[in-house]
Amino acid sequence: MPKASKKRLKEIENAAKNRREIIEANLSRRDMMKMGLLTGAGMLVPKRGLSARWRDPQGVVPLDNPVSPPTRPFIEPLPIMPIKQPVASLTPAPTVNPNTAAGEGRTRPHQAFTQLPPRKLYEVHQTPAQFSFSPDLPLQTIWGFDGQFPGPTYIARYGEPILIRNFNGLTTNNGGFGKPSVSTHLHNGHTPSESDGFPCDFFEIAQFYDQHYPNKQAGFNSTHPPNGDVNESLSTLWYHDHRVDFTAQNVYKGLTGFYLLFNQFDTGDETTGFHLPSGEFDVPLMFNDKVFDSSGQLFFDLFNTDGILGDKFMVNGKIQPFFQVHPRRYRFRCLDAGPSRFWELFLTDLNNLNAHNMFWEIANDGNLLPRPVQIESFRLGVAERKDVIIDFTPFAGKSIYFENRLLQTSGRGPTSTILAPGQGNLTMRFDVALPPVADHSVDPATMPQFYALPNKTAAPRVTRTFRFERTNGQWAINGKFVDCDAPRFTVQRNSVEKWVLQNNSGGWQHPVHIHFEEHQILKRNGVAPAVGSEENSRKDVVRLQFNEQIELFFRFRDFLGRHPMHCHNVVHEDHAMMLRWDIDIVGDNKTTP
Amino acid sequence: MPRITRRESIAMVGLSSLAGDLAHGEDRPAKGKTSRELIRDRYFPNVSLLTHEGKEVRFYDDLIKDKIVVINFMYAECEGICPGITANLVKVQKALGDRIGRDIFMYSITLKPDRDSPGALKEYAEMHGAKPGWTFLTGKPGDIELLRRRLGFVDSDPEVDKDKSQHIGNVRYGNEALQQWGACPGQANPTWIVKLISGVDWPKGMRS
Repeated sequence: MPKASKKRLKEIENAAKNRREIIEANLSRRDMMKMGLLTGAGMLVPKRGLSARWRDPQGVVPLDNPVSPPTRPFIEPLPIMPIKQPVASLTPAPTVNPNTAAGEGRTRPHQAFTQLPPRKLYEVHQTPAQFSFSPDLPLQTIWGFDGQFPGPTYIARYGEPILIRNFNGLTTNNGGFGKPSVSTHLHNGHTPSESDGFPCDFFEIAQFYDQHYPNKQAGFNSTHPPNGDVNESLSTLWYHDHRVDFTAQNVYKGLTGFYLLFNQFDTGDETTGFHLPSGEFDVPLMFNDKVFDSSGQLFFDLFNTDGILGDKFMVNGKIQPFFQVHPRRYRFRCLDAGPSRFWELFLTDLNNLNAHNMFWEIANDGNLLPRPVQIESFRLGVAERKDVIIDFTPFAGKSIYFENRLLQTSGRGPTSTILAPGQGNLTMRFDVALPPVADHSVDPATMPQFYALPNKTAAPRVTRTFRFERTNGQWAINGKFVDCDAPRFTVQRNSVEKWVLQNNSGGWQHPVHIHFEEHQILKRNGVAPAVGSEENSRKDVVRLQFNEQIELFFRFRDFLGRHPMHCHNVVHEDHAMMLRWDIDIVGDNKTTP
Repeated sequence: MPRITRRESIAMVGLSSLAGDLAHGEDRPAKGKTSRELIRDRYFPNVSLLTHEGKEVRFYDDLIKDKIVVINFMYAECEGICPGITANLVKVQKALGDRIGRDIFMYSITLKPDRDSPGALKEYAEMHGAKPGWTFLTGKPGDIELLRRRLGFVDSDPEVDKDKSQHIGNVRYGNEALQQWGACPGQANPTWIVKLISGVDWPKGMRS
């Protein structure tokens, strides 16, 4: 790219950034004149950058992120992650008790290994690898599962337990950030604690950890023996590092991937079951924003505690990829893999900006809704997933974009501004350039029925309240901080609980994730989600927005052990906004643990 | 000695002008530096500080380089969160025993360098029972402010940031040579803080 155009691109980038930050900082013309941002004639003073935090009485400039070098958009195809293949055997063979002598880092025996012996075995290695985010950036070292970012996709089936032997093949030399000590969480799995990736179940370089995934619906050992409640079926899960205090660094460095779970209805074959688009028409999309330094190396702000925003928008590890599609229906499994940004994704036709391009949401947090919901856009907090169906038939021969139109200028949370079409972040481009092909998938407009929502009228055994707050710059839940060694409360196995999450601030938002069991939202600010809305669903992350109170319904089943609840803005999570809770035979009645 | 950036030099002489490039707020080090040097340049200005023993030290060269460190901010007259955090850190120091002062070092930097002379900090250290290996630091106000901002002890809400009673209560811990940096609340359980610090200890076979 010629130098002049590079400079010009940067100027454009900065001008847009300045404009947004001025809007965000809510500055009056008078303020701007005083700050020297506006000339007497009312023109913006040209600047190389401007932070909303700029009004500093001491005159010491706060540290901003670097501005990433320019990269050309839409010049590389969307990467599709390979399907992880099983191995015939593992040596030494997996054992119920941790095989410490052989180098296993697990500390507790498998709970369900004997009852549900693994029928497939996998072996994965977390290793450094050379990686390209864009041809305009240098090859650089990331950490990935099997050296890939995103890692390989697991295809799992209900009724088919698996075991993954997970090796830590990382190195002490981290290139500036990252902790080569890992704990892999299967996000939303109904997984026994010792295989769940609890933040303090980390294991070190050269160690391994056997993770047993029973792939059983909730209730299999309690309310719905022997197979569990089909209405608790999960479909789009993801795995990521969860090492306490270092999750943000390690996931930002690449330790994450998808895990898809099928059953007799969501079959992975569009000619059977629910007839959802399948095979090459069923595509996981991992959304990230990242920032690069002046030499093009991935940059992580080590001492940021608010949340980290990137200025490069990527899908499946590539900055602004394109994806060639056929004019037919596709299922996209969209995940916000962080670290901190909230997204509102629209379909934008740059040649027809006023069009409302509608599509269908079929799953919230990877859980199929009772029926499809027609939408023009969807919101994602970190770790949230939305499965959508887009029919490209009307766009044959054209290009259309996934555009993030939610304005966010601080890691603490988004603004309430939805940018005009074309003014947001064009994140990926669909080129409807391939020939027509058969489509055996269901038309969501016919309102097919998926899973019914499990009943949530049972009386809770206990109602617990959690305030997500900030005290002296420290992120806290009910005024307390993470401590892996001390459970805050104990849930009684096979009981129903109501949890009330509170955010008394208008300053930040928290995507709150609770491990092990899904929840249903009973009320958001006193109002129950409308039937037929996307929040009338099963979820595992709930966006706790400005000044909100959210009531959640839980039914904790089948397994015992320790689990966390935490903010999934991973920067908040790593700064103590997490607690440990346990499931045991007998629970306690702590109401504000 | 590392090159002093333009921004640092301006902060050091206490200028409050924010003209042109300075508003960019960005350190853009020359290419070809190691990640460790980039971290040093961005986060660890090598300013001169005074210890509670009256000794002059350079922040990066003498206090950070090659060490496992534990850093917080406080001031002697703070009656809010400081006494609790200091009491916690006394327990942390006790638990880490003779590692403190050998290869793990604790630093408490005053937020009120105007008021907290080395003598005042020495008195504070003795009153709380801080032992050798835990150094209380003061310096020129401009340098302290630079450190506070570089080390991320800043609230992004300027109104909150101005209020010293709401100062950031985090404890930053890290291993400089390994480039492993974390942070936790100073009000957390001291046993837990010790575990986190131990998490950035040298791997087996590496020096300590």
